[in-house]
Amino acid sequence: MGAAAVALLLFLTFGTLIAVALQSEGVARLSAADWAAVRFTLLQAFLSAVVSVALAIPVARGLARRQFWGRSLLITLLGAPFILPVVVAIIGLIAVFGRTGVLSDALAIFGLPPVQIYGLHGVVLAHVFFNLPLATRLFLQGWLSIPAERFRLAASLNFGPADMRRVLEYPMLRKVGPGAFMLIFLLCMTSFAVALTLGGGPKATTVELAIYQAFRFDFDLSKAALLAMVQFGLCAAIAIAAFWVTLPASMGVGLDRVTQRWDAMRTVSKISDGAFLSTAAVFLLLPLMMVVVRGAPTVLTLPGPVWASVGRSLIVAFASTVFLVVLALPIAIWSTTLKRRSVGAMVEGMGYLTIAASPLVIGTGLFIISFRYVNPASLALPVTILVNAAMSLPFALRSLVPSLLDIEQNYGRLSSSLGMSVWSKMRLVVLPRLKRPLGFSCGLSAALSMGDLGVIALFSDPSQGTLPLMIFRLMGAYRMDDAAGAALLLLLLSLSLFWLFDRGGRTNAAG
Amino acid sequence: MLQVKGLKIQQGDFALGASFDVPLGAHVAVIGPSGGGKSTLLAALAGFLPLKEGKLSFQSQSLVEKTPGERPISMVFQDNNLFPHLTVGQNVGLGLRPDLKLTEAQKTDVEGALKRVGLSGYSARKPSALSGGQIARVALARVLLQNKPLLLLDEPFAALGPALKVEMLELLKELIVDSDITLLMVSHDPDDAKRIASHVILVAEGTAHPLAEVGKIFSNPPEALKTYLG
Amino acid sequence: MYSSRYPPVALKDEEMKYLTIAAGLVMATTAHADTPVLNVYTYDSFTSEWGPGPAVEAAFEEVCGCDLQFTAAGDGAALLARLQLEGAHTDADIVLGLDNNLVAAATETGLFAEHAPLNAEYALPIEWDDSVFVPFDWGYFAFVHGEALEDVPANFEELAASDLKIVIQDPRSSTPGLGLLMWVKAAYGDRAPEIWAGLSDNIVTVTPGWWEAYSMFLEGEADMALSYTTSPAYHLIAEEDGTKASAPFDEGHYMQIEVAAKLASSDQSDLADQFLEFMTGEEFQTIIPTTNWMYPAVTPAEGLPAGFETLNTPSISLLTPAAEAGTVRDAALEEWLSALSQ
Repeated sequence: MGAAAVALLLFLTFGTLIAVALQSEGVARLSAADWAAVRFTLLQAFLSAVVSVALAIPVARGLARRQFWGRSLLITLLGAPFILPVVVAIIGLIAVFGRTGVLSDALAIFGLPPVQIYGLHGVVLAHVFFNLPLATRLFLQGWLSIPAERFRLAASLNFGPADMRRVLEYPMLRKVGPGAFMLIFLLCMTSFAVALTLGGGPKATTVELAIYQAFRFDFDLSKAALLAMVQFGLCAAIAIAAFWVTLPASMGVGLDRVTQRWDAMRTVSKISDGAFLSTAAVFLLLPLMMVVVRGAPTVLTLPGPVWASVGRSLIVAFASTVFLVVLALPIAIWSTTLKRRSVGAMVEGMGYLTIAASPLVIGTGLFIISFRYVNPASLALPVTILVNAAMSLPFALRSLVPSLLDIEQNYGRLSSSLGMSVWSKMRLVVLPRLKRPLGFSCGLSAALSMGDLGVIALFSDPSQGTLPLMIFRLMGAYRMDDAAGAALLLLLLSLSLFWLFDRGGRTNAAG
Repeated sequence: MLQVKGLKIQQGDFALGASFDVPLGAHVAVIGPSGGGKSTLLAALAGFLPLKEGKLSFQSQSLVEKTPGERPISMVFQDNNLFPHLTVGQNVGLGLRPDLKLTEAQKTDVEGALKRVGLSGYSARKPSALSGGQIARVALARVLLQNKPLLLLDEPFAALGPALKVEMLELLKELIVDSDITLLMVSHDPDDAKRIASHVILVAEGTAHPLAEVGKIFSNPPEALKTYLG
Repeated sequence: MYSSRYPPVALKDEEMKYLTIAAGLVMATTAHADTPVLNVYTYDSFTSEWGPGPAVEAAFEEVCGCDLQFTAAGDGAALLARLQLEGAHTDADIVLGLDNNLVAAATETGLFAEHAPLNAEYALPIEWDDSVFVPFDWGYFAFVHGEALEDVPANFEELAASDLKIVIQDPRSSTPGLGLLMWVKAAYGDRAPEIWAGLSDNIVTVTPGWWEAYSMFLEGEADMALSYTTSPAYHLIAEEDGTKASAPFDEGHYMQIEVAAKLASSDQSDLADQFLEFMTGEEFQTIIPTTNWMYPAVTPAEGLPAGFETLNTPSISLLTPAAEAGTVRDAALEEWLSALSQ
């Protein structure tokens, strides 16, 4: 079963790539605009990563050394963008930073011209919105991993802030920084929905978006395939580079501690911490509040087709969650029970392949393989389910594999000394002990699938759209109030799904 | 009789050799300095570690090919003896049927075993609601139900306070005194050995010495034991 | 096509119907099993409740004894890609909403079939003689602005020099976007890349379709949007708002002729022919001016509705012959992409 799951995964990543490669044969030419897309993809990913990391450092430092009201709420909030649907954030960002948004209104009071959100800066803005919290959490973990005794020692040696930075903070930043940078770079490389909605035409087109356009606008399969090859090459290169700096584990626990800092009592550092923390909080909260404010009046009176799309989205979310479990459990179990740990690690590593894979490349491959035999529109939902499950797999493995290793280490001998069969062990020991990470993984997967606007856009038929696609179309028609209402609905559904599964995993999971 | 002949276990840099016979019904304390290989020896007997060479048999039947579950052995570990998500009753019931499909009669047996270790009425509790001593008692109750001729204990009461430990040893003694269970218990405390054991196996510097009677060995300790006892 | 410039209200009518259709499907299979269904793929705004869709559907179903179903399948140019994507598996019997610039590319796909002979008297500005593609309306592209705009540019060069913000459509997905591409090419020839480079900083964003761009303009996100000279008629007639106007450009305005065609894979070939004939007839053509806000392909007996006489009529009309359009398009698209991607 584990082998079958890995085989399916390899088919999704490399099998589709082969289909794509065969299709792209013969047209080995990228136009000037395609090169521009490559440059833009790298540029926006670079800028997004630089800005996110640069801002995250002072915010994380403030969080690490200040205790204040709402601190734990802010830290919880930093985890939210992970399950926040991209379209929801975009609606919020437009409401704040758009030409008719809150910021432009405020500028108008001072006689300043309105701001534009479309283009490179809009794309980077949205990416920073999503990745600043991620980077902040990573750096916060870094700070809190410095033992408290060191800060005490530093204080007794009468370190000033500069000594503190040199001796304690820089080494930590050098360790965490490159990994955080590469992770964000990689995530932004395959960004699709942001470029689709906030890009401003050919000037701000990512490779991922160019694949979509080659598909849906030109129906140029060879071009789409060629771009897919380019995208795969870029991602592979970045992923290999990232391998060298070791990606940080993003699921940290125990962020509620505050480091005691005797060097940070000066007024200047208090003010700067306060400024960074409040700016970050406003930057992250205001767009979400705008979605709530704009969406609340219309959320209950949304037109029928929106509700129909909600039904389809729920089906997608549940189905891809089930499918995720079917994929993740066998792979995780197989990789942890293999005799040679190195082989097991390799199996697990294959599960992480999809973190660098592009959903649109997979989608393109599946399309090329299937379109001669079936109407692609009828595949829209199945393909979305499959791809979403594959995309959540790395996160699921991240939380399942350590738990499985733990179970094996703590109870493996006991189980076998009791003569439990494989199935008894699975039923009585492994599954009950896995409830928590499994619930968390399912919650993550359900929320991600619920909010996904990616491969569905490739195949979709307007009458078969999911809720995020419906929101995208409402935005397109500039029905911002309905779009905000639907976005609020999507936000609530994503959060509830995550909560439900995660909660389900926690109840009765004793010990 | 448990026969261990020319046993060799290799774990990275560490090697353990053992040759000894344990008569049926003997109560053996396995003592020696930490890092000497006591736990390794028990893990090998229980089947958790592969043998590099040597023979291992019980009642003339070779154990080498048998999986841990198939061996005539029940075992109590240092910790993690109970599954925290299962109730006390379920944890004990595992000793009868690893799939927990218990008959009514078997459930009565579970209650009986709990009564014998002084935990009547604890069946529905979760391990998180028990004290350290109670957890050890549950593990012993399960051992009773497993009813295997060989019982291996790997420092089972190490985490308990001295008084509680004595109490548990007494209980253990009481539980097995009328049976012909063969007991091997790892301990780093010579007093434990004196309290419960008829024999001693000294394990030090990668060698398990042959079985010695407890009275003799402490009155006239060999060189290795002297070093250990200090 | 995209000139149905009612405010972007409704979720597409066809979507509303989706639920009803889904619900009624079980009954339909028994009760109306013998009613033939004619599937028409068209662009979003055509099927909206303010667009021509509902009226056309009612009128045709009265005479055909069939069930006419519109599917909004994206925007004009994306329609063609959609049909290629679905290939022989498509449910479509008719595609409605391609235009003169796409005819050559559409013919190349081999997906379309010749229609039964028609004897329509076209009121088109050019001679139309095509055995596959049937015109249903036409118009001139233009930039539409509101009353408040001062210094309305008189050509592309003035527009490029100004700091006016415009929204345009993507030529790869939308026929107005493609029309703009052809317009600049027809007016400026080899200077087109230079014009686009100049326009680059005026463009707020490039939308996939007419609907999105015009909505953004109405919401105040831009000063002007690419639309049609006929667009102000909507505001004048339907909203009694005379403030919207199209900017007359002295280099001329490019024309669009919107067409429909029958799919070769259709299993309702006769019904499809009947629809194409109906489309060039009096009833359909009367619906067009005040729902799709374009000039009808065949002038109805009553002539054009009152208000249309107020519209700008370009002194110079530009058009690339359909046969050359494909080649020009490919080159112009390349220029556009590289000019705007810098």
